[in-house]
Amino acid sequence: MATATTAMNQQENVWDGGQSPLKASYGKLMMWFFLLSDAFSFSALLITYGMIRYSHAAYAGTAEAFSFSTEYWPIPEKVFEAVPFLHGISLPLVFVGIMTFILIMSSVTMVLAVEAGHRMDKAAVEKWMLWTLIGGITFLGCQAWEWSHFIHGTDMALLSDVVVNGKWVENFEVFGANLRFNQYGPPDFAALFFFITGFHGTHVLSGVVLNFIVYYNTFTGVYEKRGHYEMVEKVGLYWHFVDLVWVFVFTFFYLV
Amino acid sequence: MSSEENSNIKVIPADKAKIMHIWKVAGILAVLTAIEFVIAFTVPAGDFRTSVFIIMTIVKAYYIVGEFMHLKHEAKTLIWSILIPTIFIVWFVIALIYEGGAIFEARGW
Repeated sequence: MATATTAMNQQENVWDGGQSPLKASYGKLMMWFFLLSDAFSFSALLITYGMIRYSHAAYAGTAEAFSFSTEYWPIPEKVFEAVPFLHGISLPLVFVGIMTFILIMSSVTMVLAVEAGHRMDKAAVEKWMLWTLIGGITFLGCQAWEWSHFIHGTDMALLSDVVVNGKWVENFEVFGANLRFNQYGPPDFAALFFFITGFHGTHVLSGVVLNFIVYYNTFTGVYEKRGHYEMVEKVGLYWHFVDLVWVFVFTFFYLV
Repeated sequence: MSSEENSNIKVIPADKAKIMHIWKVAGILAVLTAIEFVIAFTVPAGDFRTSVFIIMTIVKAYYIVGEFMHLKHEAKTLIWSILIPTIFIVWFVIALIYEGGAIFEARGW
């Protein structure tokens, strides 16, 4: 209140110091601009997916009659239909749905941690940060399983004419996927899967590391001594962004 | 000085309405995701389904950015300085999807 009166009396400019332009702290503002640039990185990847997908033939038949082929782009619900411990049962998109739910929940616990930080409630910040960490680590575990399954493939191989060690081989049995060929569809499909979910997974990993540092600093009372929990907010912004990106990856990679 | 501050820390009790609002937004996100699932298996693939998915994704993005990231309650200048640059993304989507179609035609598959 006192500072506001002084500022008005002296007709100060917003940029003369002593106050925050855009009513946001320096750290939060810079986090926003970083996230904007990161949004461009992820958009570039997802748009590349769209472009490459449109440059391949689309599958024309019904979902029931679908079989893997390098001739057309696969429909995602037939590629991602495995769930851990339920081998051989077709559960399309169930596992990725669980992963989406886990990430949304960890975003919610992060909001609750930020809210607790505003109230200087150290114990509540610790509790919600711990839940956020558990959510993030669980998501990473799920993604590791998903990658492993994607790389190893299904029980039935795809017969494809490919180049192996410089030689043209007809009816080569392809199991799973790597960067050269894959059983699900055109080679670009697997390359994009690895790149997009991998880039997102790297973000989740660094988010988990940041969340752990915040949790540790809360636990040791660093923020309490500092008098505010703004660090929770800044890392929270990053964590929500990771969730936001997953919402888009989920739609464009798994649903469409 | 710092030890004096330490002993004076007051924990403000939680505002029930605020907490309820956070869970309400979480509920909206969960329900939207559930509806997306239902649509994925009931509506045949095509432009209509894709449009519905994109609209629902933007609605989810609105709640995550607006409420969870609190952008809705920031200064107007900050909101616009984040939102306006994303226009380039929209242009990029249209340009490169079109380009992808052109590559497909040119390959003659």
